[in-house]
Amino acid sequence: MPETTAVSTPKGKSQPVGAVVIRFCGDSGDGMQFAGGEFASTSAIFGNDIATFPDFPAEIRAPRGTTFGVSGFQLQFSSSEIHTPGDMVNVLLAMNPAGFKVNIGDVEQGGIVIANSDEFTKVNLTKCGYPEGYNPLDDQALNAKYQIFRVPMSRLTREALEGSSIGVKDMDRCRNMFALGVAYWLYQRPLEPTIERFHAYYGKTKGRPEIAEANAIVLKAGYYFAETAELFPVRYEVAPAPCEPGVYRRISGNHALVLGLATVAQKAGKEIVFAGYPITPASDILHGLARLKHLHVRTFQAEDEIAAMCAAVGASYAGQLGVTATSGPGLALKSEGLGLAVIYELPLIVIDVQRAGPSTGMPTKTEQADLLQAMYGRPGECPCIVLAPSTPADCFDIVIEAARLAVKHMTPVVILSDGYIANGAEPWKIPDIDAIDEIRIDHPTADAKQNGAFLPYTRDPETLARPWAIPGTPGLEHRIGSLEKQERTGNVSYDPANHEAMVKLRQEKVNRAADSIPPLTVRGEDSGDVLLLGWGSTFGAIATAGDRLREMGHKVSTAHLRHLMPMPSNTEQVLRRFEKVIIPENNMGQLLMLIRSKFLIDAKGINHVRGRAFRVDSIVRGVLELMNH
Amino acid sequence: MSTAAKDVPLPSYTPKDFASDQDVRWCPGCGDYAVLTGVRKALAGLGIPREKFVFVSGIGCAARFPYYMNTYGLHTIHGRAPAVATGVKLANPDLHVCIVSGDGDLLSIGGNHTIHAIRRNIDITIILLNNQIYGLTKGQYSPTSKPGKITKSTPMGSPDYPLNPLAVAAAAGCQFIARTLDVDVKMFSDLLTRAIEHKGTSFIEVYQDCNIFNHGTFFYASQKDTRAENTVELQHGKPLIFGKNADRGIRIKGGTLEAVTLGDGVKEEDLLIHDETNPSIAYLLTQMAYPDLPEPLGVLYERKGTPTYDQLVMSQIEQASSAAPKNGDALKELIYGDETWVVK
Repeated sequence: MPETTAVSTPKGKSQPVGAVVIRFCGDSGDGMQFAGGEFASTSAIFGNDIATFPDFPAEIRAPRGTTFGVSGFQLQFSSSEIHTPGDMVNVLLAMNPAGFKVNIGDVEQGGIVIANSDEFTKVNLTKCGYPEGYNPLDDQALNAKYQIFRVPMSRLTREALEGSSIGVKDMDRCRNMFALGVAYWLYQRPLEPTIERFHAYYGKTKGRPEIAEANAIVLKAGYYFAETAELFPVRYEVAPAPCEPGVYRRISGNHALVLGLATVAQKAGKEIVFAGYPITPASDILHGLARLKHLHVRTFQAEDEIAAMCAAVGASYAGQLGVTATSGPGLALKSEGLGLAVIYELPLIVIDVQRAGPSTGMPTKTEQADLLQAMYGRPGECPCIVLAPSTPADCFDIVIEAARLAVKHMTPVVILSDGYIANGAEPWKIPDIDAIDEIRIDHPTADAKQNGAFLPYTRDPETLARPWAIPGTPGLEHRIGSLEKQERTGNVSYDPANHEAMVKLRQEKVNRAADSIPPLTVRGEDSGDVLLLGWGSTFGAIATAGDRLREMGHKVSTAHLRHLMPMPSNTEQVLRRFEKVIIPENNMGQLLMLIRSKFLIDAKGINHVRGRAFRVDSIVRGVLELMNH
Repeated sequence: MSTAAKDVPLPSYTPKDFASDQDVRWCPGCGDYAVLTGVRKALAGLGIPREKFVFVSGIGCAARFPYYMNTYGLHTIHGRAPAVATGVKLANPDLHVCIVSGDGDLLSIGGNHTIHAIRRNIDITIILLNNQIYGLTKGQYSPTSKPGKITKSTPMGSPDYPLNPLAVAAAAGCQFIARTLDVDVKMFSDLLTRAIEHKGTSFIEVYQDCNIFNHGTFFYASQKDTRAENTVELQHGKPLIFGKNADRGIRIKGGTLEAVTLGDGVKEEDLLIHDETNPSIAYLLTQMAYPDLPEPLGVLYERKGTPTYDQLVMSQIEQASSAAPKNGDALKELIYGDETWVVK
C-alpha cells in the first residue's frame, strides 16, 4: 500500500454525470452520519452544490441489526444548482442487512448498491426479519434490478488495521471509513480534507492520534480496494457547480439559527436571553447558543416548555430580547405564554422546529403541520407574526428579519422551521456581517411622560407599535398584565367598546407589518396555467418540480411564502394571475385552507404526511394529475 | 444593587410613594390589604430606587397586587410568575424582583415553577399569600386546604392531603424561609426587608384570611386571644418560648419537637435555641402544626453566601468574555466556523 496521501488522481474510465444522490445506511452506532457528513464536506469543498438530509431513529442505540435502529444520511451533490437532497438514490452504501432492507426501495432501477457482505450473516438476516435461508444479496430479481456489489468491509477493515495498537472495538468502528473510501474512489473525491479532519478532531481535540491514524488507514484501504479490485466498470465525475464567488461553508438550519441570533445580539445591541427546554429536533439551538456566552447570549434551560416561554416574556419586558425554541408539542405548551406576549405587546421570538405529530408523533421525522397552530392555536383573538425559512441557510436571514419585525412592531414572531431544515445542510455563502443593518431600538426615557403620566399603550401612528419602556428607567414605572387593557393607559378594562377596539388594534398592528416585508415573487413566468405555491421546507422540491415542468413545456410557475402572517400585500394579485393554484404541503392542507378562506381561490393541494421531505417527482406527478382534471 | 452614582443621595420614600393610581379592588376586610400596606412600608424603608423594583404575580385575588404598586410590574398567567420573574432577573440582574401570589397559583398550577425557582436560588423574593382556598374562582379547595374541607368542589369534604409550603421550600433548598400573619404589618414588613436584602431566593408564607370563602381559617393563630398560645415567634439565638404568660416552650426529644411547660422541672436552658442557620432545625420547625404544637412565625432559616443563579450565570459570561477575542471579531470567527472554501 502506498504511503502517500496524494491519491486523488483519477484513473481508468471516467464518466461525467450532472448530479448524484448517495445514501449511507447502517446501524445507528455505525457512524453513518459521520461518513455522510464527511462526503458532504468534501464535495462542498470540491465545489459541488450539495444538499444533505440525515435520517436517524429516535432511539439513541436501538438494538443492533434491527430495522428500527437504522440510521441514514442522504446527500445530493451536483455540477449545477440544486435545492433538495434528491429523490431516488443512485448509490446506496449498506453497512448491514437491516439498512439494506429499509433503504433498497428508494434506490433507482439500475442503481449501485454497495453492501458490507460480512454482516449478511444468518443471525443478522433473521434479526431484521428476512425469512430463514434467504439472503437478499443472492436474490436474482434484486440483482437484475440493481448493480449489487458485495464488499467484505468488516474483514478488510480489521486486516487493514492489523498490527495497530487500538482495540478490536475501535477497529470495527472504522468500518464506516472503508465505505467512505469506496465512495470517494467511485466519485473521485480527494481524501486529504477528511484525513486532515481526523487529525484535527481525534488527534487534537480528543487527544487520541492513534484513532485518527486508524481511520485514515481504513479510508485509504477502502479507496485502494475499489481501485484494485476493479469492482466498478466506471467511476464518475461530478464537476464543480458554477456559483457566486465568495467564501462558503456548509450549514444546517439549526446552526444557522444560532449564528443568526448571535448576529441579532450584535446588531440590536441587546442580550439574547434564550430560554429553552430540550426537545427533538430543536435542542441543537440551545446547545449552540449555550456556547456563545461571549457573544451576548444568555441561555436558560428551564424546568419545562411553559417556563421557557414565560422566561423569554420576562426577559423581553426587562429590556433584552427573549427567544425560545421548541417543536410542536412544546409550542402547544407555550401557547398561553405566547398569548401573554401578544397582549403585553412585547418583542419576542419563538422558534418551532416542526416534527411529525400528533402528540409525540415521530420526533425525528419532519412535517409542516404546525402552521395553523402557530397562526391560531391560542385562546382569544391572538395574532402574531409568523415566518418560515425555506432552506437551512435561510434560517440565518429569517431570524434576523424576525428580530427586526419583533422590535419594530412590538409583537412576538413565530418562526416555523422543521426537522428537514434543522438537520439538513447546504453550502452557504458567508455574508459580510458588517454590511448587515443595525437593528434599531428606541426605549423611551422619563421625558416620554404626558401630563406627568407614562402611557404604555400609546402607539406609533405608522406601525401601531407601543413604546418599550424598560424597568430601571426612572419615572416610567408601569404595570402590564394579562387582563384586557384600556387603550393608551394600559389599565385593566372590561369596557366592551374598548375590548373590541383593542382586538382590532392588535390585529391591525400585525397586518401593518406587511409594509415591512418584501413582495411575493414568482419563479418562472408571471402568469400561466399553474402556480405552485409553497411555504417552509418544501421550497426546494417545489422550485425543482416547477423547473422540470417548464422544461416539459408546461406553463407552470412557483412562488414561496416566507411570510405567513401577514402575507406579502401582493399575494392575492400574484395568485389571480394563474388559472390554477396548487399547494404542495407536508400536512393535510393547512396553507391550502388559509388561501382558500382568505382569497376565495379554489386552490388544490398535494399533501403528504410521511415524515419525510417531499420528492420532486411526486410533486411533478401530482401537478400533472391536477392539470388534467 | 443600586446603580446610583455616589454623590446622588439615596431616594427617600414614604409608603405612599409606592401606591399606584389604581383603586384597590379586593373585598373589604381581605387580608391582602394589610400585606399591601406592609410591602409599601418595607419598600419605603429600603432606600432602593423605585424603578429598580419589578413585582410579578400569577392569577388569583392576590395576583392583582402589582397593579397597586407604583413600581414596574407584571400580572402574568396562572402559575407562571416564578418563570416570568426568572426571565426578568436573568435579563437584568440589577432589578429587585418580587413575586406576590396565592397558594393555588404558586403551589398548584405553578408548583413546578416555584420549586425550580427556589432550587436555582435565583435572587428573587416570593411572597406566598396562603388563604387555603381558591378565592377568585369563588371557593374551591386549594393544595393547602385542610383534609375534609367542604367547598363547592368538595361537597362531601376534600379527600386531598395538603402540602406544607415551608417544607416544600426547605426541600427545594430555599436559603431564606419565613412565615408571618397578614394582621401583623410590622412583622411582615420587617421580614420582607430581610427577604429583599437576602441574596438568593427568599420565601415568605403569609397566613391570609379570605373573609368571603374561608373566613377564620387562621383565627387560631392570628387573634389576640389565640396567637400567644398557638404560635411561637422565632428569634435567632433565643429559646422557643410561647404562651400568654411566656411559660411554655419547645424542646427536642427523641429527634422530634415537643411543647413543655416551664418550671415543671423544665428550665429555659432545656429548650430549643433557635439557630436560623441550621437546616435540620428549620425542617423540624416546618413540621410544627396546630393543634399539636404552636406554629412558628419569623425567620425559620437563612443561610447567607450561597452563590445565586444570576451571579453564577453572570460569572460564566465574564469568564467566557475574557477568554474571547477582544477585537470584536468573535462573531466573524463564529460565522466562518472551522471549515470554509473559496469560490473564485
